Amino acid sequence: MMADLAARGETPEILFWVGCAGAFDDRYKRVTRAFVRILEHVGVNYAVLGMEESCTGDPAKRAGNEFLFQMQAMQNITTLNGYGIKKVVTACPHCFNTIKNEYPALGGEYEVIHHSTFLQQLINEGKVKAEGGESFKGRRITFHDSCYLGRANNIYEAPRAVLEVLDADLLEMKRCKTNGLCCGAGGAQMWKEPEPGKKDVNVERTEEALATLDGDADVLLNLQGVESNAPVLPAGSNRGGSVIAVACPFCMTMMADGVKNKEREADVQVFDLAELIASAEGLNA
Amino acid sequence: MHTDYISAPTPNLPFPVHFSFQNIIFLLVAIAGFGLFAWQARKIRANILVGRDRDMSGNVNERLWKTLLVAFGQQKMFKRLTPALLHLVVYVGFIVINIEVIEILIDGIFGTHRVLGFMGPLYSALTGTNEVLGALVVLAVVAFWWRRNVGGVRRFTGPEMRAWPKMDANVILYIEVILMVALFLMNAADLKLHQLQGKDLPGAFPVSGLLTGLLPDSLTALHVLERVGWWAHIVGILLFLNYLPSSKHFHIIMAFPNVYFSRLMPQGQFSNVDSITHEVKAMMDPTYQVPTPPASEGAEAAPTSFGAKDVNDLAWTNLLNAYSCTECGRCTSVCPANITGKLLSPRKIIMDTRDRMEEKYNSPLIFDPNLYGKEAKHDPQEQLDKENHTLLRGYVTPEELWACTTCNACVEACPVNINPLESIIEMRRFLVLEESAAPNSLNVMFSNIENNGAPWAFSPSDRFNWADELYVADKAAVTA
Repeated sequence: MMADLAARGETPEILFWVGCAGAFDDRYKRVTRAFVRILEHVGVNYAVLGMEESCTGDPAKRAGNEFLFQMQAMQNITTLNGYGIKKVVTACPHCFNTIKNEYPALGGEYEVIHHSTFLQQLINEGKVKAEGGESFKGRRITFHDSCYLGRANNIYEAPRAVLEVLDADLLEMKRCKTNGLCCGAGGAQMWKEPEPGKKDVNVERTEEALATLDGDADVLLNLQGVESNAPVLPAGSNRGGSVIAVACPFCMTMMADGVKNKEREADVQVFDLAELIASAEGLNA
Repeated sequence: MHTDYISAPTPNLPFPVHFSFQNIIFLLVAIAGFGLFAWQARKIRANILVGRDRDMSGNVNERLWKTLLVAFGQQKMFKRLTPALLHLVVYVGFIVINIEVIEILIDGIFGTHRVLGFMGPLYSALTGTNEVLGALVVLAVVAFWWRRNVGGVRRFTGPEMRAWPKMDANVILYIEVILMVALFLMNAADLKLHQLQGKDLPGAFPVSGLLTGLLPDSLTALHVLERVGWWAHIVGILLFLNYLPSSKHFHIIMAFPNVYFSRLMPQGQFSNVDSITHEVKAMMDPTYQVPTPPASEGAEAAPTSFGAKDVNDLAWTNLLNAYSCTECGRCTSVCPANITGKLLSPRKIIMDTRDRMEEKYNSPLIFDPNLYGKEAKHDPQEQLDKENHTLLRGYVTPEELWACTTCNACVEACPVNINPLESIIEMRRFLVLEESAAPNSLNVMFSNIENNGAPWAFSPSDRFNWADELYVADKAAVTA
């Protein structure tokens, strides 16, 4: 806890910004714990704000409530600056984008790192080897780009580099990287019902992910915006135990709901990068 | 009777000069053409400048480099190879063939004929390239027409692509074909005229050379045809130039300033509203002094409202965007909301912005495409009240705005760096801050953040509960 460290007159190397989803969403709490176990495992000097953390204001800002956003931002900046924080790591691309890009003009200047980049650094430094735990060899994994990581901040390679160490079969969806399709939750959509339409965005995206994992070219052809006809894989049934990897709490919710909608929970799971690494490293508590 | 239609060089001049009433007419036509365009351009400039101030100065090198890559180099077009190659042909054709327009202008004014002919091999290279490109342009235009009208390319359809936009797209293609036909007619007739008289025509004509057989053998007819081709080409270009401000084809000019003035910051970064910053700081710190803007600005007051209700509430760059849009629909075709059948179409937001500017301010148009498209696009009842017919609600509905996931796919997809997302967010700001008209569920989210510091209704005191189970419960989190 940051307050305890400060009481002892210490400053942590990094502040782990947990985020509201990481703190309150039951599913994403598991990601928070997995990431913390990795931090403990590699012996990083870190702290969390605990109850002093408050929403970055991202959902308010994207929804047009600039006033509420700035109230939240100023409050958080006061807290962070009060502790003399220099470096912030977070597992949420929305918190990452907001603190990194929108806080500086309001007086909050920190080095902000998304956990995908942080994990990549740990791997590059040899501190995480993805050994001693579960093996992903031969399993199919497809990574779903988060808009606020990818297009918003040009981070496409770090999450893929993290997945590389798992030695799994990494498959790219047709709409990936700069062309990645949103999960449907951004821009405060997470907190509202979608407008009337033909389909929910997360279902569209999950269909693409599943078709990619299954090697189902017919499904891919029917998805709008997928212009190339070439199948990703030779057609064949999914071998089971496939993974849709995400790096964002909202993508996690949307993709997991999509998998449920498609009744594929039995053979396809949605995991965050930190969970996969913690598992491969044998850190499942 | 035989007239020599090709003059020998006059003793004192390197070029044959036939100054005649034709040249005076040409001069008048050229002045009228360029003058009318300048008049239209001024009106459009005024429209763009009704937008809010936004400082886009500085970072010149970075901006130039981006302009070189994205505008001149068409970098973002190459995400889709087929249209990129077709477009490249027309684009290069446009640039190279316009070198010949310089020659036409000189010839037209001074009564010279193919004044650049003295360049010899260089002239042959230029005319030869023009001819090949001209033929490729015709092929590309045919392919474009097919893609648009027969090929079923989905992004060329949609509710906003009715009436004027649909016609405009085809008119551009027809004009381009006419210009190329005029060019070939001019060259082929000129070539045959020279051949029949046993004279050399400077330049190389690989395509027109194949067409001479189609032309009559009469020298008089050939001369007339050469003049018809020549006049049709240049008058066509001048007409086309004056058609641009009414057309999506204006992008051939506006793409360059639009890319130059496009944002340099990360796409995820949204602007912080300064006036709100002052307000919030003053709330948190009663001693905070709101910095006064430089007095020299005079009566320049802070914006009277938050966000955008109408086009003049948007930044001038957003309005520049609207004039740079070629309605290609790449934005809409990658929009997750649009793909899944929602009303939102980023292209429509941009087209609406342009239509509204021209409704409220200057319509720089010879004929008003806005009026042309109106019946199909808007409820006639709403037309009655021009002032209340604002961009927000008059053109863009809240339903469209609330469907946006702010994913930046449209921004990424635009070949000329148009940013529909900025306009969407500005209108959302107006809805929320001025009208408190957010969907109810979002109001719940707002009050959760205000009261609990989280968008969900959880108690702040539970924020650290995740740590209770740090080393116990997750054994089965990841299983094979």
